[in-house]
Amino acid sequence: MGLLSTGERHGYELKKDHDARFPAARPLAFGQIYATLERLQKKGHVESLDVERVDGPDRTVYGLTEAGRVELDGWLSEVESPSPYVANPLATKATIALLVADEATAMDYLRRQREAHLVRMREYTRLKTDPNAAIAEVLGADYAIAHLDADLRWLDTALDRISALNRSLTTPPDRDQADQ
Amino acid sequence: MYSYGNTAALRGVNMRLENGEILAVTGPSGSGKSTLMMCLAGLVVPDAGDVHFGNRIISAENEAVRSRLRRTDFGILFQFGQLVPELTAAENVALPLLLAGVKRASAVSAATTWLDRFGVADLAGSRPPEMSGGQGQRVAVARAMVTEPSVLFADEPTGALDALSGEQVMTQMVRVAREAGTSVVLITHDATIAAYGDREIVVRDGMIDGAHDG
Repeated sequence: MGLLSTGERHGYELKKDHDARFPAARPLAFGQIYATLERLQKKGHVESLDVERVDGPDRTVYGLTEAGRVELDGWLSEVESPSPYVANPLATKATIALLVADEATAMDYLRRQREAHLVRMREYTRLKTDPNAAIAEVLGADYAIAHLDADLRWLDTALDRISALNRSLTTPPDRDQADQ
Repeated sequence: MYSYGNTAALRGVNMRLENGEILAVTGPSGSGKSTLMMCLAGLVVPDAGDVHFGNRIISAENEAVRSRLRRTDFGILFQFGQLVPELTAAENVALPLLLAGVKRASAVSAATTWLDRFGVADLAGSRPPEMSGGQGQRVAVARAMVTEPSVLFADEPTGALDALSGEQVMTQMVRVAREAGTSVVLITHDATIAAYGDREIVVRDGMIDGAHDG
């Protein structure tokens, strides 16, 4: 509905528009677009306005209804609640690697994970610093970089914690402190 | 190796910087990354081991030679720009050329050109206290680049800036360095800044933890 709020479009244009504006998101499948449009049409939030026929199949042009605009405004004013579950496969795998494997194995895993994250961060950094990048691409890249950076900071802290824990288990306590 | 008193700050470091390469040196506070930069830039001499620059062993040179090398072949940029507050932006940028014996009119003219390359030509007559952090740091990068060094050493160049000002400084610094063919050693604890580099080395407890190609 957000994309339709700037003007009427058919499904193919909506997909192209979505994928261009949200480059860091998974590309939309055509089936998903048409299923969503059908659902929104049943709710009265969008309406079919015309059928275009240009060198190919018929394409239905959709527009946002007044009820759809009210629904969109309501959605935009709602605060998104932070997810109570923030674990992802990376966090789970790193935790298990740090707890189960020895420090050298865990460090090797973290090093390779950091490398993979930095490769992706470089791609997004190049994308957002391209003078021809559209603002939506820059915002999408900022979002992706911030999340990758959060992962990296967590990985570094995890490594420091495990190193400190290992040191405390393998280093004899200072005599003065032990006496207290 | 380089040590402070009995504490070794760097051990067993073996690294190479290619022409035109932008190398990010990362690691936690106190890991030795700034000490590594100071050794590479000839600001300090390692207790053991050598630092080569082309065919020269700069760690074997005396301070006067290393100082001349820093003025002619290296540019150095710190977190807080370290501009001279009494001088205008143009005078600050012209300073390295004046110290190298370039005539004042030519030095100021070159300074203005470099300020323009960093998008701050309109600040030529302003003094550092009149500038924002981002503007001051762009003037500082222009000063570090005005001698067209082979290597630019940048130690936490955006550490004192907000995200958008830091992005402007990094974008322009990387663009100008690539145009000039200048290699950059970028010291940072921040992965989002390291991502501007072609390659990263991580320093941990005075040793290189891993080298990752981009």
